[in-house]
Amino acid sequence: MAQKIDFEALKTISPSEIKPLQVLDENGKVIDPNFFPDLSDEQIVELFKQMLWSRVLDERSTKLNRQGRLGFFAPTAGEEASQIASEFAMEKTDFLLPAYRDVPQLVLHGLPLEKAFLWSRGHVLGNEYPEDLAALPPQIIIGAQYVQAAGVALGFKKKGAKNVAYTYTGDGGTSQGDFYEGINFAGAYKAPAIFVVQNNGYAISVPRAVQTAAPTLAQKGLAAGIPGLQVDGMDALAVYLVMSEARKYSVAGNGPVLIETLTYRFGPHTLSGDDPHRYRTADEEAKWEKKDPLVRLRTYLDEKGLWSEEQEEAYIEEVNEQINEAMKKTEQAPKQKVSEYLQNVFVETPPTLEEQIAKFAAKEEA
Amino acid sequence: MAKTTMIKAITQALEDELKRDKNVLVFGEDVGRNGGVFRATDGLQDKVGEDQVFDTPLAESGIGGLAVGLALTGFRPVPEIQFFGFVFEVMDEIAAQIARTRFRLGGTRKMPVTIRAPFGGGVHTPELHSDSLEGLMAQTPGLKVVIPSDPYDAKGLLTAAIRSDDPVVFLEHMKLYRSFKQEVPDEAYTVALDKAAIKREGKDVTIISYGYMVHESLLAADELAKEGIEAEVVDLRTVSPLDEETILSSVKRTGRVVLVQEAQRQAGINSQVAALIAEKGILSLEAPIARVDAPDTPYPFSDAEMIWLPNKQDIIEKVKETVNF
Repeated sequence: MAQKIDFEALKTISPSEIKPLQVLDENGKVIDPNFFPDLSDEQIVELFKQMLWSRVLDERSTKLNRQGRLGFFAPTAGEEASQIASEFAMEKTDFLLPAYRDVPQLVLHGLPLEKAFLWSRGHVLGNEYPEDLAALPPQIIIGAQYVQAAGVALGFKKKGAKNVAYTYTGDGGTSQGDFYEGINFAGAYKAPAIFVVQNNGYAISVPRAVQTAAPTLAQKGLAAGIPGLQVDGMDALAVYLVMSEARKYSVAGNGPVLIETLTYRFGPHTLSGDDPHRYRTADEEAKWEKKDPLVRLRTYLDEKGLWSEEQEEAYIEEVNEQINEAMKKTEQAPKQKVSEYLQNVFVETPPTLEEQIAKFAAKEEA
Repeated sequence: MAKTTMIKAITQALEDELKRDKNVLVFGEDVGRNGGVFRATDGLQDKVGEDQVFDTPLAESGIGGLAVGLALTGFRPVPEIQFFGFVFEVMDEIAAQIARTRFRLGGTRKMPVTIRAPFGGGVHTPELHSDSLEGLMAQTPGLKVVIPSDPYDAKGLLTAAIRSDDPVVFLEHMKLYRSFKQEVPDEAYTVALDKAAIKREGKDVTIISYGYMVHESLLAADELAKEGIEAEVVDLRTVSPLDEETILSSVKRTGRVVLVQEAQRQAGINSQVAALIAEKGILSLEAPIARVDAPDTPYPFSDAEMIWLPNKQDIIEKVKETVNF
C-alpha cells in the first residue's frame, strides 16, 4: 500500500496549515475513500470491540473504586479512539511507555488484567511484568516516559530491530522539559519512536491555552525537526491511520513522529477527588459527548451491517465476565511481604539491606 | 604494569569494557570526537566506533532517559554527566527512574547503568561544577555510590561498576585526575563494590574518609606519626551502601575516630558513618566521634574555596583533640 501521509513534508509545514486529520466525519461517514486505513471489516469490528471493552472497563473500574475494591484509577471514557486505535496499530514487540491513564493500552499490549487491577490496588504483583511484555508500568512523573522512549528507540535502532518505542503524555506534558528532550534526542538520533500527545484540553484543571502560546501541540515537532501532526482523537479510524503510517515511516529508518490527538475525557482526572465542574462547563461537556468515539465508529459499522445491538449486549456481558474473573484473581493475591519485595531493590543485595530484610521477615512471621 | 594517572586508569577501564562487551555504551556531552572535557574518553570513539561511544545533545535528563531505554533494550549504558553539579537536571531520571526501575517492576528487570561524573573542589571552577553531592545520591535507595581515591581503585571499581547489574553512580574527584601516578595493571581487574580499604594502618585513631580527602588524611597521618600518633586511614570507596564491617572493626581496634568529608556537614556520609558507630560501636569508643567537613553553605566562590574546604591541618587538629580527650 502506498504511503498516505507525506511525513517528510510535515517537517517543514507552516503551523497554520496543521489541521486535525479525519477519516470519518461526526456522522460516521467516510470523508475520502482514498484516505482510509488498510483495515478489513473484521479488523474494524475488532477495533470497535476493543474500544467497547475499554468503555466497560472504565465504568466497572469506577464502580469497583467506589466499592473500595480498586485503588487509583484515572478514567478513560471519551479517549478510546486515541488510546485503543493507537495501540491497535502497534505490534506486540513494539515497546509501550504509558502514562497513568494508559492502562487499557497496557492490557491490550499483554498485561494480564488482574495485574492492572493489582497495580491500582498498590500490590507488587501488579508490577511483576512477564519477561516478554515490551512495556514499562504507567509513568507518574509527567514527561519522564518521553526521554526514556528516545532511549528504547535508540536501543531498537542499534539492535536493528524493526520496532518502535511509543509513548503517551497529555497536553500538560508538552510543557515539561523532558518532552522537548525526548523528541529532540529521538530526532537527532533518527530513532524509531512515536510520541503521542493526548490533548484532552486539561491538565487536571489547567486548560490547554494556559500551557503554551503555540496554537497546536503538533507544531512542537517542527523545532525538533521531526514530523508533527494533529488528528481527530474522537475518530478511531483516523487515529489508526496516522499511527500505522507513522509506524511504517519510523520502522523504515526515517526517525520519530509526534502525534497530537484532539480528545476529551468525559469523567474526572482521577477518582481521587477531582470535580471537573470546577473548571469546565456542562455545555462544553455536552458538546464533546456528541463526538463520542464509540458512537461514531458504531454508526459506521451499523450502516455497513457489521454490528448489531445483540452482538453488543452479548459482548458487554463477555467483558463483564472477564472483569469478574480478573477481580477474583486480584482479590486472591497473597498479602504482600515487605521482606520479599525489599529484595527487588538490587540484583546483589548489600549486607546493610539484608539486615533490614531480616527484621521485616521476623516481624512478618510473628 | 605501568605508572599511570587516575584519568588514564579510567580510560583504560572504559576501553577494556567496551571491547569485552559490545553492549557497553559510553555516551554524554563531548565524549565522542573530543574525548570528554577531561579526556576520560580520549580516543575511545576511534577505537571502538561511534556505535558504542557517542555524543548526546546537551540535555542531562535526556541522557538519563537514554540510559533507561538502552538498559531496557539489553545494553549496559555508561553515561557521563559532564560535571556532577549538573545532576539536578537529571535527578528524576537517576533517583526516581534508574534507581527504582528494578524495584518498581517487582524485580523482573534490571538497570545495569554506571553514571560517571567529575566533581570535587580545589580546582578553581565556575559555580556548580565542584559540589560534593554524594549525600543526595546516598539517600536514594537502589543506587550504589562509588568514589575512588587513586588510579588503582578507579580502574578496578569502574570495571566492577560497569559489570554490575545494579545502577552505580561513579564520582571522580577532579583534583585526583592528574595529581599523581600509581602502578596499575595493564589487564582488566575488579575491586569489590562493597568493601572499604585500609589505606594506612595505625593503632591510635581511625580516620575514615573517601575521595580526595583520603589524601589529606594520609598527609595528616604522616605528620601525626612524627608526633607519635599512629592513625589508621580507612577509605570508604563505596559511600553507599557502607561496608560496616571494615568501619566497625577499625574503630574497635583504635577506640577513636575522626570522620573526614569534603562535603558540607548537614546530613552527609559522615553523619551516616557517625550514626553507625554510635549504634554498633559505641562501647569501644574512648572519645566522642569527631567530624571534619565543610560549612553548611553552597559551594563558595572559587577564589575562596581553599579556605572553605577542609584540609590536612583541620584533620590534624581534630585527631589531636580526639586522642587527647
